[in-house]
Amino acid sequence: MELLYASCVGVLVFCGVFLILRSRTFPVVLGLTMLSYAVNLFLFSSGRLSFNQAAVLGTGTEYADPLPQAFVLTAIVIGFAMTAFVVVLAIRGRSDLGSDHVDGEFPITNNNNNDKNKKVKV
Amino acid sequence: MTLLWIPLLSLFGSIISSMTGKLTRNQSTALTLLTPIIALLITISLAPAVFSGDVIRDTISWIPLLGIDIAFRLDGLALLFVFMILGIGILVIFYARYYLSSNDSMPKLYAYLMLFMTAMLGIVMSNNIIQLWFFWELTSISSFLLISYWWHKAEARKGAVMALTITGGGGLALLAGLLLLGNIVGSYNLDVILASRDIIQAHAWYEVTLILILLGAFTKSAQFPFHFWLPHAMAAPTPVSAYLHSATMVKAGIFLLARFYPALAGTDIWFITVSLTGLATLLFGAYVALFKHDLKGLLAYSTISHLGLITLLFGLNTELAAVAAIFHIINHATFKASLFMATGIIDHETGTRDMRKLNGMWRFMPYTATLAMVAAAAMAGVPLLNGFLSKEMFFAETLHQQLLGSMSWLIPVLATIAGGLAVAYSARFIHDVFFNGDPINLPKQPSEPPRYMRVPIEILVALCLLVGIFPNFVIDDILKAASFAVLGGYVPEFKVSLWHGFNLPLLMSAIAVGGGLLLYTQRRYLFQFQASLPSLNAKKGFDETIYAMTKWSQRKINAIENGSLQRYLMLMFVVVLLVAGWPLFEMNQLVGQKQPTPIDVHNAMGAALLMIGAVCTVIWYRTRVVSLLMLSVVGLMVSVAFTRFSAPDLALTQLTVEVVTIILLMLALFFLPQHSPKESSSMRVLRDLAISGALGVVVASICYALITRPLDTISEFFLANAKTGGGGTNVVNVILVDFRGFDTLGEISVLGIAALGIYKLLLNLPLFMPTSDSEGRPWAKERYPVLLASISQSLLPLALLVSFYIFLRGHNLPGGGFIAGLVTAVAFILQYIAHGSHWIAERLTINYRKIIAAGIAIALFTGVGSWFFNRPFMTTWFDYFDIPFIGEIELASALVFDLGVYITVVGATLMILASLGKLTTNTPTEEVKV
Repeated sequence: MELLYASCVGVLVFCGVFLILRSRTFPVVLGLTMLSYAVNLFLFSSGRLSFNQAAVLGTGTEYADPLPQAFVLTAIVIGFAMTAFVVVLAIRGRSDLGSDHVDGEFPITNNNNNDKNKKVKV
Repeated sequence: MTLLWIPLLSLFGSIISSMTGKLTRNQSTALTLLTPIIALLITISLAPAVFSGDVIRDTISWIPLLGIDIAFRLDGLALLFVFMILGIGILVIFYARYYLSSNDSMPKLYAYLMLFMTAMLGIVMSNNIIQLWFFWELTSISSFLLISYWWHKAEARKGAVMALTITGGGGLALLAGLLLLGNIVGSYNLDVILASRDIIQAHAWYEVTLILILLGAFTKSAQFPFHFWLPHAMAAPTPVSAYLHSATMVKAGIFLLARFYPALAGTDIWFITVSLTGLATLLFGAYVALFKHDLKGLLAYSTISHLGLITLLFGLNTELAAVAAIFHIINHATFKASLFMATGIIDHETGTRDMRKLNGMWRFMPYTATLAMVAAAAMAGVPLLNGFLSKEMFFAETLHQQLLGSMSWLIPVLATIAGGLAVAYSARFIHDVFFNGDPINLPKQPSEPPRYMRVPIEILVALCLLVGIFPNFVIDDILKAASFAVLGGYVPEFKVSLWHGFNLPLLMSAIAVGGGLLLYTQRRYLFQFQASLPSLNAKKGFDETIYAMTKWSQRKINAIENGSLQRYLMLMFVVVLLVAGWPLFEMNQLVGQKQPTPIDVHNAMGAALLMIGAVCTVIWYRTRVVSLLMLSVVGLMVSVAFTRFSAPDLALTQLTVEVVTIILLMLALFFLPQHSPKESSSMRVLRDLAISGALGVVVASICYALITRPLDTISEFFLANAKTGGGGTNVVNVILVDFRGFDTLGEISVLGIAALGIYKLLLNLPLFMPTSDSEGRPWAKERYPVLLASISQSLLPLALLVSFYIFLRGHNLPGGGFIAGLVTAVAFILQYIAHGSHWIAERLTINYRKIIAAGIAIALFTGVGSWFFNRPFMTTWFDYFDIPFIGEIELASALVFDLGVYITVVGATLMILASLGKLTTNTPTEEVKV
């Protein structure tokens, strides 16, 4: 099960990072959300995987580690706030700059690949 | 606590004087003078104890773990400086009353002056070297404000920046030096450091520490080659120069030398560095002073020269040299402050400070001229004045050293030459200004200044005379006390007196006076010679250096920061990859010793769904709605995973957050272009795939390595104390609202700040309102489905009830403020979706900003409340009550804190979504136009 869990985190990181590296704001936001899932799952797993253990005192003998849970809980909420902020920033950026490109540039289509290489030096 | 009051009173003075803007100038001055006078009286009352050899201390523990205390200490050296700072400060404030024109803001100058006074008092009285450094930096900052007081003048701004750069840079070196010193000794306490001379000087870091501390001292005290900021700081109003550049600011570096003299001095490196720097400064300053046409320029270079003299004295390895240095500190402060003030009067009355224009002032202001001439004579070292005495001591000490081996005779010779130069520039100050023909093209008709403007100068000049004629009556106690502190509890036999008989120092003085006068009378040739030299402009060099550095870093920044977010992110991920990936190669085995848990079919299916969802989000990322749906699958599976792994609180939170996130992203879709054009080249895609793939592998490996190792956790504490200490059985919630309540307070603050930021970003947003979808189909006119409207309305009370229940039980069962807040928010958002924000606004006027503020305030004040019961911040309280018919219930202060969390979450979430959602509806007429 550990292997599977770790693979899931890995896949989420892979997809998240790939989306974050895209050039338009919406995929970047999707990627950030995905990456925050991965981070939360990763942090959560620092308490190890615990099946069918008690979460509330007095309801069992073995308890799941509460500390990572508490941290991840606030991380989820803050993650939402950050996602929201980025989304609004993207909307504002689009309306101020007229483009949803993350570099704040005007849309570049496939036809002028050379131009693009000039503008976005990587 | 008496000691603490001295800097504190001065700080209060700064605040008081900043508020005297509406009062008359006399009232403002009187109020400002109030606190330093009280502080001076306190100091006088403490003086007898210090004279008898006591060291007065006051300590308040501040950060005991780091060894940082608020600690004050008053010994003889500190007492001497406190007297100078307060005494001259009071005179300067009084003087400034008459100096400032009616256009200048008096409260501003006074507030800055008092702030500076506080900083200086802090430096000289600190018993903790970190605290000392803090006040040291405060003098740099307040002197920046004072020099740039006439900020509309370019030279004032430039001078202020230059002073801040040099002294601030020196301050950084000093901090490094002090940290090293604290490390060597193992304490930041000055008492301990002063007593650890042997440890410090035997340590391998001694040289580095010494050089760093000396850098701080030399930059502050304008020692060559860092002297050049001082002449440019003369752009400050003259009262400021009189205060900062004669008696206090520039003496701070000297003070540092004296303060650490018992701990750092006595080694060859000290003597060589300090004395040679001092000697170079002494000669250089005296020479340049002679050629300055600006009165204040002359005084500035003379100050540099005298500071060099004091530094040189500290570098001569005799005890009497240190005594002479302290004596000269006092004398220089008195005559130089009065000379600056006299210059201020001349400037004030004639409109210029240029000695080529100023001539024959004796006829216009004989009284001021007399005062200035006495002070200038003290500067030259003429008998019967205080400057003579310390100069004699200086000459005597230069004869008692073997610094340069067989070439040591050079030092008394050079000292005599510097003495001669001092006589020459003093003579120029007297003769060129007050005699030497008639004034040339003065902007104003000169006359005597207002009567009281001269009072501070009279007091200082009287002191010069008193000390000069009756040295033992006036100065003995304080000089002995200060020497006692500098020499580490020992005062050598010395007697300051006017007449020592015919001896070598007297001869040196005579040569200096004679040579200086000769030099002045023959100055024409010297000026011609000087004019033939290539001019060396330190300011130009400074400006060019700063310009070159700025340009260099700008180029570097431009090279790294080309404005492409895509590139930054790529670089960041590559760095993460390297940092996180590297240790994996050094690990022997990835898998740990923990017994693996078996995979069952449900888990496998869940994992498969999650991965498929994630991959599909990527595949269809340009078809935005589809990828959003796929993302929601992932989110849902994450919350299922939390349920599966015994974390019900997390599952609930994730589920509700998922709902609001998806709604948010749907709204975002409306405002963002419907399609992502395909624009990444294949190479780019391949590169990104490689980076993200490698990162995925690294993170997965770390995660796997982590969860296959046995758990060693601190959570036992929380499990054991949640019920007994926090009064709740839901340990996660108890951690959030109790054990780690301060963290939670920070987190809801972040939430509130994010919501406010969003609110601000959406204000006045130029709308980018689409009227049709990507295929040209107009938006549906049916805006609010009837079915949803009626159902959602009846759902609202139910949802509120559920959230209330989740909130209440949170302390003992899964739930709590975060989750309940999200549930409430979702219920309200459903109303917005079903009816539109206009409909809501008609029925409910809510200011979400106020709700967020209220939530954070409730949480904060619950924490503060524990202070009223003499408990630390955020201590919780709980108890059980037996209520008839209901049974036993528990009341806990943590519940109130959780209420704050709840309200903040509701406010922030609704503010985010409602302000975004409102944009889609605030122009309903335009929307349906096709």
